[in-house]
Amino acid sequence: MRYRQAIALLALVGLFVALYLWLHALGFGGPIKCGTGGCDTVQTSPWAVFLGFPVAFYGVVGYLMVFVVALAALRPAALAEPKWNLMLVGLATVGVLFTAYLTSLELFVIHAICRWCVGSAVIITAIWIVSLLSLRSPAIRTDRGASPPPRDPRA
Amino acid sequence: MNRFYVVLACLAVVLAVGTFTMLRSGGGAPAAATGAPPTVGDDGFRGYSLGSDNAPVEITEYLDFECPVCASFAIIQMPTIKEQLINTGKARWRYRDFPLPNHRYSRFAAHAAQCAGAQGKFFEMHDQLFYNHQWAQTGKDPSRLFRDLARAAGVELTAYDQCMNEGRYAQRIEFSRQEGDQVLVDGTPTFFANGKQLKFRRLPTSDDLKAVVDSIIASGPARR
Repeated sequence: MRYRQAIALLALVGLFVALYLWLHALGFGGPIKCGTGGCDTVQTSPWAVFLGFPVAFYGVVGYLMVFVVALAALRPAALAEPKWNLMLVGLATVGVLFTAYLTSLELFVIHAICRWCVGSAVIITAIWIVSLLSLRSPAIRTDRGASPPPRDPRA
Repeated sequence: MNRFYVVLACLAVVLAVGTFTMLRSGGGAPAAATGAPPTVGDDGFRGYSLGSDNAPVEITEYLDFECPVCASFAIIQMPTIKEQLINTGKARWRYRDFPLPNHRYSRFAAHAAQCAGAQGKFFEMHDQLFYNHQWAQTGKDPSRLFRDLARAAGVELTAYDQCMNEGRYAQRIEFSRQEGDQVLVDGTPTFFANGKQLKFRRLPTSDDLKAVVDSIIASGPARR
């Protein structure tokens, strides 16, 4: 359960990072807050748009999916089901691969690094690692027989 | 479990407020570049100029980037003036800022042009501001559009942002405006030929300016 909670929290942070970049790409706000980074170079490059949509839009969709699945997996009825862990691993793997592709473009093609993209890469990598760890953890049993015996109040 | 959802909700609120604040603070024309500076200094700058240093006539134009007549002049008359007077070496054209007080983003536009000029892109930005002059009719904050125009003009945006945020050329623009006041500029565009103000009953055409330049050359006075 802790793993799924961690994934939900990380996905929420990632969602807002992607949301900020997406809204900026749509024209909201002024200059991107980037410090001395190359966010403008990255955001205005031809690779900032993927299949007709700003790259950040895919981040919003991806993080939202991870977030929703993580919350769904935290329902009491779903806690014992390992299939949710598999779904989270699958989503995180897609996210990590897409992020690796984008990061390689930044490093080797655009030659500029956007700090927000690095932040997102760290978040999705963390989600991926946590989701992999969740595969190793035993599923939580919710049947009464598996519950620990009640403690003796006199003890 | 309940504590987790409280933490999640708190985090969502913090992130939403942070995102909103960043978007809000990221926008807007920086006050340092929009308003008149508290003090005015002369940095020795006397305007960007087009044409040969040896041209016998120097035309000085006091302009306001938000002024629609200035835009009309820049778009319709200047191409011919460049062809007939500037490229032929007859005249040199000097731009001076004269932001009118009733134009909200006039100083800001002048500042954008100056910040582009710091990167050698004044004339490209000048054209971008006039050829995309719809910003002057909307009344909306043009800061983001100006960045796009600066990018289109070939300006490097990190240095541009820094220049705009610190209002680096606010004093220069105000100095130019005060200089215009001293030589009795009362509207834009106002033209001077070798220091003498030109009076026209309407917005001059390229033919009007050509007649003035030809007349000065024919009479053979030394350029001031």
